[in-house]
Amino acid sequence: MGEILVVAEHRQGQLNPATLETIAAAVNLKGGSDRKIAVAVLAENPDDFVGQVGKAGVDEIVKVPVGVASFQSDTYEAAVLALAEARKPSVIMLPHTVDTWGYAPAVAVRGGFGCATDVFEAKYDGDELVAVRAAYAEKLHMEVDFPGKDTVVLTVRTNVFKPSEDDASPSVSDFAAPPAEARTTHMKFIEPEQTGDVDITQAEYMLSIGRGVGEEDNVEEFKELADTLGFTLGCSRPIADNGWLPKSRQVGQSGKTVAKCKVYVALGISGSVQHMAGMKHVPNIIAVNKDAEASIFTIARYGIVGDMFEIAEELREQM
Amino acid sequence: MKILVPVKQIGVVDEDFELRGDGKDVDPDFLNFEANEWDDYSYEAALQIMEAADGVEVVPVTVGPDDAEDVLRRCLAKGGERGIRVWDDALEDASPAAIVQVLAKVVEKEQPDMVFTGTLSSDRSYAQTGVGLAAALGWPHAAVITGIEWKPGDPKATLLRELEGGLVEQLSVNCPVVLTIQLGINTPRYASLRGVKQAKEKPVEDLSLADLGLSGDDLAAAGGSFRVRRMYKPETGQAELIEGTPAEQAARLVEIINELKGAA
Repeated sequence: MGEILVVAEHRQGQLNPATLETIAAAVNLKGGSDRKIAVAVLAENPDDFVGQVGKAGVDEIVKVPVGVASFQSDTYEAAVLALAEARKPSVIMLPHTVDTWGYAPAVAVRGGFGCATDVFEAKYDGDELVAVRAAYAEKLHMEVDFPGKDTVVLTVRTNVFKPSEDDASPSVSDFAAPPAEARTTHMKFIEPEQTGDVDITQAEYMLSIGRGVGEEDNVEEFKELADTLGFTLGCSRPIADNGWLPKSRQVGQSGKTVAKCKVYVALGISGSVQHMAGMKHVPNIIAVNKDAEASIFTIARYGIVGDMFEIAEELREQM
Repeated sequence: MKILVPVKQIGVVDEDFELRGDGKDVDPDFLNFEANEWDDYSYEAALQIMEAADGVEVVPVTVGPDDAEDVLRRCLAKGGERGIRVWDDALEDASPAAIVQVLAKVVEKEQPDMVFTGTLSSDRSYAQTGVGLAAALGWPHAAVITGIEWKPGDPKATLLRELEGGLVEQLSVNCPVVLTIQLGINTPRYASLRGVKQAKEKPVEDLSLADLGLSGDDLAAAGGSFRVRRMYKPETGQAELIEGTPAEQAARLVEIINELKGAA
């Protein structure tokens, strides 16, 4: 029975908390079995992170010194493939993040492994590994298995599995990764622009607009509406991509998480996974959308199936 | 100098839909077929390089049945002189591993200098094809790209990679390279009426697996990324719907907002 190998992720010296969620997913997958769980730490200096990944359920931490301080796809691929070759894990689990988008599929192709991305449930049906992920804009779920695959790469959706608060004392081992020719070179990180605009991560009341706003000229009236309500204006990705609102107003995976928000009014936002990653934790979500089937209604507390412009106009009159 | 751009026709489910008889996908009668949004950006990125230099060819390629030709025509209406469509019934329900094998053969045949894919497609959102393709080819790759500085002949490209939370990485990459392109890298153009008309006359080469030296058995032998056991409609939460006229709905909304603000 092969182990479950989790690969830790870090950036700019910080462990990505999604690593601990992925460990929790591994513990969940292990269930009552005697399968082992190992966590590989690929880093310039793995000791920087060893103390943080020894969570309950982890049997072993594998230190893999790599010659790069930040993610480099060729280096990571070579290291994970070498780990797979040496340890023959049944499952390699990684968080579903921008970094793993950049190398997990390559590991799977080069190793001939099974692979499923953005998985939010993984279990054994007898000896058979089964993973569950979404399809068609979250409207369906798909259950997949991996016949004939001795090793399977799973990337695990973030904000699904709750990290354990209990520490354990796993054994620690060393693994020498083979040298890899790095064909990309990190130059620098560019921090998001501080526009002097509001910090939406601190906002308690937000009104966000999405694609439904239609055109740039329509944005102004929602700015005014947000002001009238005393709400902070936010937006989904297309609005920021179009330059209709600054990127600092964008809620979601590539934007900001509205950590302090108590009430979130979503107007004309259908609710992509990426957007919801930044706001689905808000206790009071109110969604207005023309499409009764929009995903946003599955996480909203209150919903209005209707025209955001009509509702906005009525709100202005009634406030 | 050539840029190959794999594009995809995606299915969007109707409000009410039924599953296929085997329960492993949506019945195609309940799908609306569209071009994948990400591919508008990857194709635009290629066209911009083509327009900024002499002697650059942009070729869209798709793996899909007859009507998937639409996505190629849609591209050709914006630029490019020819497209490639690969299909074989053995590719129905193909997993990313199989698509990667097919595209790798197209790359061998076409010998492009760059390959731009979308970061993901909005139907299944696997986000595996581009990076998997690079691995199959042994090419360098970079994913979730929001900036490309490169002109034909440059041995390296300077890229921006969009990370979480608004952070961006600047990196350089050796060419040839496979890039997966993220939304927002550019503003995709619309096709002109003239372009749409011209696109109808542009050649689309239809290739079978055999034309690429592959067979359904080859794909089966290599095994897929996974096998779909079943699809199902998940149990989801449902918002408490506020009914009535817009005036009534807004009035209730004001009440709710005031309550929530008062309680906070």
